Formats: sequence, structure tokens, C-alpha cells
Amino acid sequence: MIEVNRQGEVWVFAEQEEGKLSDVPLELLTKARELAGKLNVHVAAVLLGKGVAAIAEKLSAHGADKVYVVDDDKLAHYQTASYMKVVCDLIRKHKPQICLYGATPIGRDLAPTIASAMKCGLTADCTDLQIGDHADPATKENHKNLLLQIRPAFGGNIIATIVNPHRWPQMATVREGVMAMSQADANRKGKIVAVASGLEKFELPVELVESHRRPKKVNLKAARIIVAGGAGVGSKDGFRMLFDLANLLGGAVGGSRAAVDLGFVDHDHQIGQTGTTVRPALYIAVGLSGAVQHRAGMQESAKILAINNDREAPILSIAHYGIVGDLNIVVPKLIKTIRAGAGVK
Amino acid sequence: MSQQAKMNIVVCAKQVPDTKNITGQAMKDDGTVNRSALPAVFNPEDLNAVEAALELRDRFGGTVHVLTMGPPTASEILRESLYRGADHVYLITDRRAAASDTLATSYILACAVKKLKPDIVLCGRQAIDGDTAQVGPQLAEKLGFTLITYLEEIVAMDKAVIKVKRNIGNGWEVVKARLPVLLTVMDSANTPRPRAAKRIMKYKKAAVKSELMKKIDEKLPMDYAADVKEAECQKACGQLAEKGLLIQQWNLEDIGADLAWCGMSGSPTKVHRIQSIVLKGGQYKEFPASDDGVNKLVGELIEDHTIG
Ligand SMILES: Cc1cc2nc3c(=O)[nH]c(=O)nc-3n(C[C@H](O)[C@H](O)[C@H](O)COP(=O)(O)OP(=O)(O)OC[C@H]3O[C@@H](n4cnc5c(N)ncnc54)[C@H](O)[C@@H]3O)c2cc1C
Repeated sequence: MIEVNRQGEVWVFAEQEEGKLSDVPLELLTKARELAGKLNVHVAAVLLGKGVAAIAEKLSAHGADKVYVVDDDKLAHYQTASYMKVVCDLIRKHKPQICLYGATPIGRDLAPTIASAMKCGLTADCTDLQIGDHADPATKENHKNLLLQIRPAFGGNIIATIVNPHRWPQMATVREGVMAMSQADANRKGKIVAVASGLEKFELPVELVESHRRPKKVNLKAARIIVAGGAGVGSKDGFRMLFDLANLLGGAVGGSRAAVDLGFVDHDHQIGQTGTTVRPALYIAVGLSGAVQHRAGMQESAKILAINNDREAPILSIAHYGIVGDLNIVVPKLIKTIRAGAGVK
Repeated sequence: MSQQAKMNIVVCAKQVPDTKNITGQAMKDDGTVNRSALPAVFNPEDLNAVEAALELRDRFGGTVHVLTMGPPTASEILRESLYRGADHVYLITDRRAAASDTLATSYILACAVKKLKPDIVLCGRQAIDGDTAQVGPQLAEKLGFTLITYLEEIVAMDKAVIKVKRNIGNGWEVVKARLPVLLTVMDSANTPRPRAAKRIMKYKKAAVKSELMKKIDEKLPMDYAADVKEAECQKACGQLAEKGLLIQQWNLEDIGADLAWCGMSGSPTKVHRIQSIVLKGGQYKEFPASDDGVNKLVGELIEDHTIG
């Protein structure tokens, strides 16, 4: 753990794979700029890998005032021990006040390990981050300008705000798509700080034997229209209907966690706090109730159409259009109408 | 006996509210969940971790220990583990462990796990009440074990080097590491074996001391002297132990935990605020579920260029 350091930078872990950045670190940089603006401190990205120097500029263009670049053959493949050591060394040296990580498979492996090593707090899958004051209810101590880590809490329609007042850095993970990404500004130049990894061979306990990548099955973030199904769809077969509708509309298919858990649709399709966050022009919610964790990932959709046979379903409360009825009747009608190119004027 | 036959395999498991089955009954009017109406279940991926441990034992030899932290009622998942084939089970229960965040939880688990001198520790990837997936990695760090997350398959083990296939989200990889290791297990790694009927018969009476005490409390009048109750409880414990059915129960002293790192004081994260979300509702434009209704809806969506 490091002591509270008000001058500390706001850091973003710049996850990359084979020299390519995903969107999450860029989305996080946008948020980091906002937080750092309120705190009047700098934003820095932490970039580890082999031959990654070239992407440092992209991080600057997206808002990093500074990029710590640790370029080393030993960092070519992600592994917990080596990445943890390098990032922890950097944290001890530069004492950032905030560290943000993508809630990706790598981020969810690395961030908790660092939190354990630094004995600091970590909040998973935040749906919003803000700066605010916190009064300790026990000691009445007032902590100014803490990172407010906001996420739905288990137990219904509730949102919890978590803080780490004493044991810094304040750390959080955020899913892809939660934070909106700002435009890159090629004129923005950041300071590049090259750092030696200082890694020894024994700090690489895992040997990679073989690896296979598959492209992501669906790009939900890019879809203009999303047809999302929930437990109410009833089966994998039922989801075929949703794929048909999505295809007709040139959209993509999403699912609730219940639909994913029930095996109706692959996890890549999950929308919500622990899935992907989307903001399509039209979100068609079919047979899903709209639990708080699900809404967290879709409530900023421009238009929401809910099809549900329960008038009390929370999804209808945030919908713009609603059909209260059996999805097995309504969806085929929708498909038929759209296929006929109809819709009366 | 090969060296691996002495392998100690420890699984950390959690009892969780069944978030997958929140029925109408479990919802209160204000939209929050009535936790007591939710059944408590074996965290699904922890069952996969138990299965992976049993598979390791079956293939390479060793002993499977299952450990949980929670209230005495969490012993239910320990019995479930015994039914499926676990060799030894342990409950860590202590009021001072309440309100532990993932960091404090992993510290407490580490203290207990160390007592068992494991070669391999397994955790479910994540628990369904929080989906944080933090305790496994944090426990590995606390133990100084090599962490391998998202286990899909145990490929091989040779001379204390384990080879596994892991899921990396957009694909998979095969990695090798020398023991000791901590693995977090995905639901796709295996199908947990069912309970064995013979083992249910054998272990259904297995219990921890606190459970026996609770029964005695219910049986004896309120005003019975505490030392009499304690003596009764000791007797009951002795009888169970003779049959090999007394589940070990540890408090924070038993595992040598430093209280400063447990519970509230050991948890860096604090709750700043809990907000209930009130949904206003009823502001949507409703279309009937008829041909005409659907037709009108599609018409409107085309009109405002949302589709088409
Ligand atoms: C830590 C945590 C993280 C989570 N993360 C996510 C997440 O990222 N995404 C997510 O979605 N959930 C998430 N959840 C789960 C969430 O709390 C809900 O359990 C889940 O979203 C419910 O899915 P559902 O709406 O499909 O199912 P249900 O709540 O069971 O809803 C089914 C709906 O279908 C309707 N229905 C049934 N039959 C028909 C029919 N024939 N015609 C029309 N309608 C019908 C019902 O009226 C009901 O409204 C998370 C939970 C936790 C605890």
C-alpha cells in the first residue's frame, strides 16, 4: 500500500495484445482525463509488452499526458507474476492516486493480484466513476476528493458507491463500452517515459506451450440495432427467432446473464454490468426483466422497445415503446411485418 | 508411492444466495431482494473447482480438502463436497470476519490454506453474488503460488509440473507451471459429478460444533447454564468425532490470523453510499400485441428513421 498522495497521477493500464490496443484502455483514458481534471493532476498510461513503443502515441492522442513504456522480450506474453511485479514497482515509485484497469480476462487477473500485493482496495466492474468527498461514519473524518466507485450491488434495485479512503492507490476495473471514448487528437503529444523491467528469468513461472485465438463472435458495441433476449425466450431455439429479427434489421443479438447462464446464447453476447455496455439507436428487449445489472449495460440506448408479458417488468419502466404480450407471438409478427417491408404510414 | 500421491489439493468454496433464481417471492415492494427468501446454494463454479480437484486426485493421487468461510449454515456445502468425494472439509467461522472485502477474505483464506500445506489450490473463477473474480488471484498472491486463471482442462502432470488449458476470452492457451499453483476454474471445465448415494448415507450427519450447539440451544430451556450446554456440546462433538463425522471448525485464532487484516479493519474498501433506484415507469408508448399493433409500431420506427 502507498500513503495518500494528492499529487499522484491518474493511471490507466494500457492492455495490449501483440502490439494492438483494445478499446477499453482508450475509453478509460477519456474517463481518466475527466477525473484528473477535477483533481488537477496528470493522466498517465502504463504500457507493458514487447515492441509496443509505437502504440504509446495513440495513448497520448487519447489523453495520456505521460506514458510509462516498459518494453521487454520477457513481457511479450502476459503472465501474472511478471506484469504484477513491473506494475507494482512503478506504483511504489510514482505513487499514483488512482489506477484503472479494463475488466477483461487479463485485467481481472492482474488487478486483484496487484491489489493483494499493494494491500489496497479494488472494485470490480464499475459502471461509473466520479470524484467526491467521503465522511467516515465512525470517525467523522472527512476525506476530500476520493474516487467514487459506483456499481450495482447484489440485492435488487440498488447501486453502491465504494471508496478506499486510506490504502491507496484507489483501484477499479471497468468493462468494455462503459465509458465513452473521446476522439483521438493527433496533435496531443505526451511524454514518453521508458522504464526498464528489471525482470529476472525466475519471475516468469508460467511457460506458454500453445495458444489459439478466435475472433470475437459478435461486435455489440458497433451495432446500431440490438435484439436482446432473456430467460423468457426459453431456449436456444427461441433465440434463433431473435437472430432472424436481428439479421433483418442489420443488427446484433444480445442476451441477459440469465440467458447466457441457461446456455441460450454465448457469453460474448452478454449485455450488462458484467457483460458489454451498449448504446445502440434501438434496443429491443425480448423476454428479459431488466434487472439493475442488465440496465447498467443498455439504459443509454437511444430507443428501447420492450416485449414482455409482465406489465410490472422493470424493463418497461425505461422503455420508449412497449408491447405487453407473449414474445412467441409478438416476435414472429414483427419479423413478418418487417420482412413484408411494411409498417403503415 | 510416487511423490505425487502425497499431493495436497485444497479447494476454497463459497455458499451464495441463488442469484439465478430470484423469483417474485424474493422481491420486496421497493425492488430490493429479500435475502432470507433466497435459497443458499453451492457457488456454481466452486462445484467445478471441487470436480477439478477430484479429477486431479483420481488421475495423479493425493488428498482433497475443501474449505469454506461463512456462518455455520455454510457447512451445507461442505457436506455436499463430502457427498461428492472430498476427503476432508473445514469451516472457518468467526463473527470478526464479517464485512470482509475480497482482500480481507483472501487474507483469512490464506491463513487457513497454509495450515493444509497444499501443492495445488483451486477456486471457482467467480461467485455469482458479486462476479468479481478477485479472491482467487488475491489468494494466489498471498500464498506466493503461481496463478493460473480460467482453467478449461487439466492436460497433464509430470514431476510436479502441471500442464493446463486455460480460456483467455478470445481463445485458449496451454501453459505449464511448477507446483505449487492456484487455479481458478471455469464452468466449462467439467461437469461436476453427482452426489454418491453411499456417501450421502455416510456423511449426512456430519456437522460442525456450532451446528451441534444450535441444536442443544433449541432443545434445552433458555435459562440452562452455559457451562452445562457447553458440556453437552462437547459430548455430542466427541460422539460425532468417533464416527469421523465432526467437521473441523476454525476461528481466526485457530488459523493464526492477525485481526488487523480481517473483517472491517482489514478491508480497504468502504461503502460510501447505497442508493435505491426508483423507476418511474409507465411512460412508454404501448402497442397491442396484435397484427395491427405491430404494424403501427414498425411504422413509427420507420417514420423516425430508427429502422429502415
Ligand atoms: C454480480 C451480478 C452481476 C450481474 N451482471 C449481469 C449482467 O451483466 N447482465 C445481465 O443481464 N444480468 C446480470 N446479472 C443478473 C441479473 O441480476 C438478473 O438475474 C438477470 O438480468 C435476469 O435475466 P432475465 O431478465 O433474462 O431473466 P428474468 O429476470 O427471469 O426475466 C425474464 C423475463 O421474461 C419475461 N417473459 C417470460 N416469458 C415470456 C413470454 N412468453 N413472453 C414475453 N415475456 C416473457 C418475464 O416476464 C420476465 O420479465 C448480474 C447479477 C449479479 C448478482
